[in-house]
This record gives sequence, C-alpha cells and structure tokens, in this order.
Amino acid sequence: MNAHRKAELNMNSNQTIRQNLSSVHRWLTMISLAVPVWVLAYLNLDHFAQWLIGLFGLSRNTHLGEAMHFFFFDTPKVLLLLTGIVFAMGIIQTFFAPERTRALLSGKRLGAGNMLAASLGIVTPFCSCSAVPLFIGFLSAGVPLGVTFSFLISAPMVNEVALVLLFGMFGWKVAGLYLGMGLLVAIVAGLVIGKLGMERHLEDWVQKIAKGEVAHIPGEEMGWVQRFEAGAQHVREIVGKVWPYVIAGIALGAGIHGYVPEDFMASIMGRDAWWSVPVAVILGVPMYTNAAGIIPIVEALIGKGAALGTVLAFMMAVIALSAPEMIILRKVLKPALIATFASVVACGIVLVGYVFNAVI
Amino acid sequence: MKNVKVLGTGCANCRNTVQLVESIAKELGVEISLEKVEDIQAIMAYGVMSTPAVVIDTKVVHAGGVPGREKIEQWFV
Repeated sequence: MNAHRKAELNMNSNQTIRQNLSSVHRWLTMISLAVPVWVLAYLNLDHFAQWLIGLFGLSRNTHLGEAMHFFFFDTPKVLLLLTGIVFAMGIIQTFFAPERTRALLSGKRLGAGNMLAASLGIVTPFCSCSAVPLFIGFLSAGVPLGVTFSFLISAPMVNEVALVLLFGMFGWKVAGLYLGMGLLVAIVAGLVIGKLGMERHLEDWVQKIAKGEVAHIPGEEMGWVQRFEAGAQHVREIVGKVWPYVIAGIALGAGIHGYVPEDFMASIMGRDAWWSVPVAVILGVPMYTNAAGIIPIVEALIGKGAALGTVLAFMMAVIALSAPEMIILRKVLKPALIATFASVVACGIVLVGYVFNAVI
Repeated sequence: MKNVKVLGTGCANCRNTVQLVESIAKELGVEISLEKVEDIQAIMAYGVMSTPAVVIDTKVVHAGGVPGREKIEQWFV
C-alpha cells in the first residue's frame, strides 16, 4: 500500500478529536443559520407564489393562474417540510439502530410489546431489503412473532415521508389520522397473528436458528458530528429520490385544482359506494411503490372527489403490502403464514377506510 | 490479501457498497478478494440484522447501509 497515503490516514485518526470539536461548532452554526432561513421561507410561501405568477402576468382569478399558484405554493412548501423533517428524522434514527430496537423489544409480551414495536417502527431506520434479516434477528433475540409483525407492518407504512406529504397536502388532521390508524393496524394485526400461534409456519431453517448469536460490530462511536452527518445523508437519500414524485403529484394536483370538476370521481370512489374500500385495498395489495410515488395518485383521486378513507386505505395497502415483499418474506414464512399476514393486514386497512369515511 | 464479503440480498445499497469497496481498495493499492453473499441463510449465519453488511476475513465490520469512505479506508490501513 502507498506509504504516504497510509501515513496520512494515521494522522487523520490522531487529529480526529480536535477536528470533531470544531466540526460540531460548524454544524451548529450552519443549523442556526438554516433554521431562520427555513422559517422565513415557509412563512412567505404565499408571497412567493403570488410574485411568481405575477411575473407571468397571471392573476389567481383565471384557471391557469390558480393552477400555477397552487403549484408554486405547494412545491416549495412540501420540499421545505420534507427537507426539515427528513433531516431531523435522520438524526433521530441514529439513536435507534436495529440492534437497540431489538434489545428494547426482546422478551416483551403481546399487547404492550406490540404497541412499542409499532411505535419503534416509525423511528428505526428500515429498508425493505433488510426486512428478512431484521425479522430473523428479532425472533432469535426472543421478540415474540406477533410483536415482530407489528414492527414489520408499521416500519414501511408509517414513515416520515408519508406523514410529511399528507401534512403538506391535506393538513395535520389527515396526517394525524394516518399516523394513528397506521399504528392501530400494525398493533392489532400483530396481536392477531401473535394470538394465532403460528410459529410452526415459519420455514424450518428459521425455527432452527440458534438463539441470540449476534455479530458485535466494532465501535461505531456516534458523536454529534456523525449524527448531523447522518441527518444530511438521510436528506440526500430521501429527498434526492423523492422530489420528482412530489413535483409530479403537485403538478397533477394543480391541474385538478384549476380545471377538473370537483366530484368527477365521487360516484365511483365516493363514500356512498360501500364496496369502494375493499376494492381499493384489493387493487392496492399487489401494487408497490413507496410513499412518495403514491402521493400523485392520492392527490389526483382526492382532487376528483374520491372519499378520503377509500384513498388512504388504497395508499396503506400499496405501501404496507406488496407482491415483491411477499416474495422476500416467502424465504422465511410458509404460505399459510404469509396468507394470514396479508389478509389480517388487508382487513385492518379496510376497517380503517370505513372508519375514515364515516368520521370525515 | 484481505477477503472482503459484502452481505446483502441485492438491493441498490448493496451494489453501491460493492462498488465503493472495490474502488477504494484500488485507490489505496490494496489487494482484496471481494465476494458478494446474497443467500439469506448465509447472511444470517453472520448474525447481522441489517444489510448491506461487510465482513473482512471472518469479522463483521459494518452493518446497515452503505459504509462511509473514511470507514472503508480504515479497514485497509
């Protein structure tokens, strides 16, 4: 190996402590500058949109002007919210490594364990490609099957991107309802699966896995610099991936807002059509996209007068249950357990859809 | 020669990890044998809970996400 480079690396580690101190300061300065700019921008979204459509010589009284205002108001709003929340979430997630979450859940009983698992699903970093290792890791540490499922259902479904987008586009009530109902589905579905005692429907090699052989991953000391960096990294990853969907969704919403008659979809997906909720869920189960990808569709459906409960049920079904996920889970679950998992969650979502439609 | 294994079921992050490890080893002029482990049972045998994970010789040195450049450099010093 290149000797010069090696010396450089060694020197780096010697200087780490001093550098860490100064970069904590740098981060804090950057954040304390960014926050006021963020708040100022957020408070002036309407002025900005007015000013922009003014540049085009449009007024909000025309269809086009109204649509453009909607677009130039909502796009920066959602992107600002997304960046802020995702950054904060990236930092929070550094406190909840999967190993930590597992330790918190290990030996918890059904009931309280399910509630904790569903809540931890929100803050633990999760990627669907890690679903299987996580699943087995939980079981081998003595986390009950039902509790593990609560986590596995909540983690992809109730996430900050979905919540921010719902908040930005439909307000805090819808976001809050989604949060509450998502947690409820995860808790109840996990409880039901736990009560059914389906441990023998795990694949044989999973049942045999020795208890608690956990790799010890050497000292990743998390200082605040690393946490801030994780936040920034999270923003690059999530916002970098999600922004085209956000813009597509808002553009679609803007078009609907300006042009399409209000109750275009009301007869098919309105709240009077009782069968629309189960149909939406059945359609949603095999489909797969992430929270961001579904938002343009949600926006379009609601804009055309579809009932909120129906649309949110569709959204939950798309995010929480998908054909690719079933294929991955098939490696650890026997068909009977997969079928139970899918149908319990689907039933839960259908109920949520009806409740939403009844309440709002 | 170091034996490096990247554990992961083949998602985008796993592929990025493989590429990053490869290019950094090359940059530093370290010879490694790089292996991808995609079989879930083999992955679980290492006791990791989140992927991509990295095993050097027989030791798990990283799990959960693409490792940072600095971290990878430390493995090869």
